Amino acid sequence: MPRKPTQREGSPFTGLGPVFMKEFADHLSSARMMVLMLFVIVFGAFPVASSLQQLRTVTEQDSYLFLRIFTSAPESLPISFVFALNFIIPIMAIGLGFDAVNSEFNRRTLSRVLSQPIYRDALLLGKFLGGLATLAVALAALWLIVFGAGLLLLGLPPRGVEVARGACFLLAAIAYGGVWLAASLLFSVIFRSTATSALCALGLWLFFFLLWPMIASAITIGFAPSQIHSAEEYLAVEQLGLVLARFSPGTLFSEAVVGLLNPETRTFASMLPAQMRGVIPGAPLPLDQSLILIWPQITGLIAGMIVVFAAAYVIFQREEVRA
Amino acid sequence: MSDNVIEVRGLLKLYGATRAVDAIDLDIRRGEIFGLLGPNGAGKTTTILMLLGLTETSGGTVNVLGFDPVRQPLQVKRRVGYLPDAVGFYDHLTARENLRYTARLLAIPRRDAEKRISDAMESVQLADVLDKRVATFSRGMRQRLGIAEIVMKQAEVAILDEPTSGLDPHATFELLEMIRGLKKAGVAVLISSHLLDRVQSVCDRVALFNRGKIALMGSVVELANQVLGAGHPILVEASGIDIAGALRGVEGVQTVVPEGPQGSGSGAWRVIADRDVRAAVAQRIVSSGGSLTRLADLQPSLEEVYTRYFQEQRDAA
Repeated sequence: MPRKPTQREGSPFTGLGPVFMKEFADHLSSARMMVLMLFVIVFGAFPVASSLQQLRTVTEQDSYLFLRIFTSAPESLPISFVFALNFIIPIMAIGLGFDAVNSEFNRRTLSRVLSQPIYRDALLLGKFLGGLATLAVALAALWLIVFGAGLLLLGLPPRGVEVARGACFLLAAIAYGGVWLAASLLFSVIFRSTATSALCALGLWLFFFLLWPMIASAITIGFAPSQIHSAEEYLAVEQLGLVLARFSPGTLFSEAVVGLLNPETRTFASMLPAQMRGVIPGAPLPLDQSLILIWPQITGLIAGMIVVFAAAYVIFQREEVRA
Repeated sequence: MSDNVIEVRGLLKLYGATRAVDAIDLDIRRGEIFGLLGPNGAGKTTTILMLLGLTETSGGTVNVLGFDPVRQPLQVKRRVGYLPDAVGFYDHLTARENLRYTARLLAIPRRDAEKRISDAMESVQLADVLDKRVATFSRGMRQRLGIAEIVMKQAEVAILDEPTSGLDPHATFELLEMIRGLKKAGVAVLISSHLLDRVQSVCDRVALFNRGKIALMGSVVELANQVLGAGHPILVEASGIDIAGALRGVEGVQTVVPEGPQGSGSGAWRVIADRDVRAAVAQRIVSSGGSLTRLADLQPSLEEVYTRYFQEQRDAA
């Protein structure tokens, strides 16, 4: 007997809306969200407060003074707000996603929910988008607080282009959060135990945050010739180092942020004297040029998010629902 | 279309080389309560998951209300209510919020949903805890909430996986009443269980699973005849008379054996006859000068069928 094609009928997004709304509401009202917000405010407020203190004493002309709130690292506390975000965002995202699927297993709700007319696609995507929306709300709130504090304490309104750059920075931050959210979702699909899943996600984050920069530079040194004879050789070595470092989403995020918030940034590698011809040192790039500069980083973050989510999706489709 | 709500032909499920479900055929009729019985790991839950399209089949065909769960799972899941083994709800939400989430997944219009939720909770006698968090619910209440979900869904078929396991006798009784209520509302009910005497009291027909195959199928009486042999068993207890001797001559009586362990001297005897011989037996005992203390019609017990069947299987192996 010929087997009928196993093409399934109905949209995979049936029921996506209710799942998304439930996840979003659950996150916003959960105690965990309170803890995460507290964490964000404590770790975000100190750099911002001290950089504002320092910026109030600045007297020289700076047309991007407002953006310096995000990037300046005061002497008293050598952490800029952006650097703080670089590790706050992964922790928030992991906190939101590490038990997304396995907690449904453990509470034995998964088979009951999946016996309603939805596909697994809608469940997983709804959970991801619910987490991402929560992350976006939290980051937007933080961003508005920083802008408001800047307005109050600097007594100087931001220019339109500064707001635009700030908004792009916010989008980059959400994309960066999306990568880690997808990663924690992946672990929550793989491991039935929520503790194991959280541990693996945090371990991966620590690996990229602490170890990977060292490993990348060790590999680069290993591949470098013993003596560098020309600028081309030096650039090739530097390029290798950059490529390796960019495997870490944190590097991509930092580069995107530097390009957006420091308008003077022209490249992330060294420039040859020939390339420097006609450059006015310290002159800012227009926004569209900055966006072109960081476009690969942004697409890299989004691509990473999609690849990791796809992996979680494939594994989830094959999983048995029985507990 | 025929009167069957579920039709299964040659259904197969392979896990590697093991045949978890081995080419079973099954028909479930509209408005009946059907019991899937068998030891743990016999393939009951796997069969249920395949009926719902929650697990891929390895072969064979399934038809649920005219739909194929492999290709049209949404259509099937819209019409079939499922109560999983040890059902879970979101503890931090109230009963109403839990059902509201299900109603949204089912795309029930909001105005209808509220009415259907309160009606369903009424029907399982949980109306007073509608706005309590599920975290405070006992196991029996959770199972009833699961039934309420099926009622709210207005399912045509209800599939209940081990609905009575872990419940106290009173909660079990209440739950079985609710299952009868579902049947009265015209819902076909499929129950999987290993608690035989409980299931026996509600099921119209049963299928006995053994190692992925359906070993026996039919009504409890049919199964008893098949396994325990045809005949009409009664229990007789009397004093002052040799029962075995007195009853040997009664027309229709085939065997008279002592009930219970040999030599226990309980005075009770099991009589197998080809028809209902209670009146004749009573008469014979009284006329022979004995005093009759007990005369009972022995319903074939599913437990007995089950035990005997698996004993025979073991002996044959």
